[in-house]
Amino acid sequence: MFPELNNLLNTTPDRAEQGKLTLLCDAKTDGSFLVHHFLSFYLKADYKVCFVALIQSFSHYNIVGQKLGVSLTAARERGQLVFLEGLKSAVDIFFRPQEEPHPLQFLREANTRNLQPLYEFVREALKPTDEEEAAWRCPVLLVDDLSVLLSLGLGAVAVLDFIHYCRATVCWERKGNIVALVHDSGDAEDEENDILLNGLSHQSHLILRAEGLATGFCKDVHGQLKILWRGPSQPTAPRDRSLTYQYKIQDKSVSFFAKGMSPAVL
Amino acid sequence: MTPSEGVGRGMESVLEMLESLLALGGMVLLRDTVEWEGRSLLKALIKKSALYGEQVHVLGCEVSEEEFREGFDSNINSRLVYHDLFRDPLNWSKTGEALPGGPLEALRALCRRTDPGPVTVALDSLSWLLLHLPCTTLCQALHALSRQDPCPGKQVRVLGLLHEELHGPGPVRALSSLAQAEVTLSGALGQASAHILYRRPRQHPTHQTQRFSILPDFSLDLQGGPLLEPQPQPDPHTPPVDPTNHLTFNLRLSKKEREAKDSLTLPFQFSSEKQQALLRPGPGQATSHIFYEPDAYDDLDQEDPDDDLDI
Repeated sequence: MFPELNNLLNTTPDRAEQGKLTLLCDAKTDGSFLVHHFLSFYLKADYKVCFVALIQSFSHYNIVGQKLGVSLTAARERGQLVFLEGLKSAVDIFFRPQEEPHPLQFLREANTRNLQPLYEFVREALKPTDEEEAAWRCPVLLVDDLSVLLSLGLGAVAVLDFIHYCRATVCWERKGNIVALVHDSGDAEDEENDILLNGLSHQSHLILRAEGLATGFCKDVHGQLKILWRGPSQPTAPRDRSLTYQYKIQDKSVSFFAKGMSPAVL
Repeated sequence: MTPSEGVGRGMESVLEMLESLLALGGMVLLRDTVEWEGRSLLKALIKKSALYGEQVHVLGCEVSEEEFREGFDSNINSRLVYHDLFRDPLNWSKTGEALPGGPLEALRALCRRTDPGPVTVALDSLSWLLLHLPCTTLCQALHALSRQDPCPGKQVRVLGLLHEELHGPGPVRALSSLAQAEVTLSGALGQASAHILYRRPRQHPTHQTQRFSILPDFSLDLQGGPLLEPQPQPDPHTPPVDPTNHLTFNLRLSKKEREAKDSLTLPFQFSSEKQQALLRPGPGQATSHIFYEPDAYDDLDQEDPDDDLDI
């Protein structure tokens, strides 16, 4: 996790909020550093993590996680982390008997255009068992990312329904959190992605938006992060509802600074 | 207007805004965006209706019942009936707890309710219903729900929350045409404002823009007074300024100046006197000489090229 980002969000692993949906989106840049941040943050905070990773392999997240101080292999072995490796599962599904339910069942069936099997997988993964009751604080669902589900043929409403059910189970019933990444295509032609992004934005309590700089690529400033707190129960005053910072990604950390205050420029 | 009169008008405006929204009956459409959310205003309107003694039915699709009831006191919560479409709207859990028939049946059941007295129905949200039902079906159900019943005891008021960015212009306009009042939420510099459009029957639509904020107990706090359409009004206290005072140039000529101006000959107007004056060298003109040292490359031609001009 990045301590500077924790300071900006006013949170630490000990007193993380519960029952919240955090939306990560990126436009014209790669926002995956936010996914790595939240993954290591919740592992350090002793949450039970269910990670639906559709974009990269397990080893990729593991290598980055080790730089940030968490070992995904160890977390998986002690039962703290349930990892759905989308890239591997998507191939496996074609070599299994069809009767067995699979989280990514929609890849195989033309008719069922919903994500109910994936929701059942998440619910099973985060179901409290007796020996785990005392071990882990709360469940958290991490999804990287949701836009790829649209590319795989699902409609925006199906993905919104999946997140709706996850919210009902994880956020409301189990008092856990959800963190999901959605790409913002930027152009007006991708209506489904816009519906997904806006629909999730309306349900979110916190929106982190990583954008590329409007002036183009820069060696010292990699992008801009907009933080928007939503909902009547935000902890900060109305004036601080929205913050904008610029950032630079280094090998093991990300440094944040106010606009125009990059150390390279001062 | 004295300050006390201003405050009095402010208080009237608070009551006016909510009451006028609720008094029309029919449907009130709340249009919100990601940045300016509308659920707080919906809850403020629900609180007002409940304080009138009405029963409020909420079709809740987006938030849980606990989250929706949060902030209301027990008096209001006792008048609130929450139809839960949040926990299991599509019957995925198959436990039998979901509302039978799904969202459409739940909506139609609200039309068929038989309890007496005026009722407010809040739809949280219309966007969720619009994403899951065909637009025409939803509009028909809303029309059946909000149509004015002749007997005054069975009046139904519908409050619908719509997230503007999720839908194209067609469905939004279709819903807007069903509404008697439309509140569009926006804001600037951390201050929310509502643009209200009233469609009273047999009258022109009227607009009003109002800055507001919602207090934690969901009562409305208006700020800055209503912003009506800007009307330029002449200020009676400032005297009109004469722009011709204190000029650095003359706007008018005196008689002598006018005569001098008329008698002036322009430089390129050729009269015979002027011609002679130019051709005859004057007394002072012989004092100027031109000294010229020719270069090696100069072409000195003794012929005068102007010889063929006929002056």
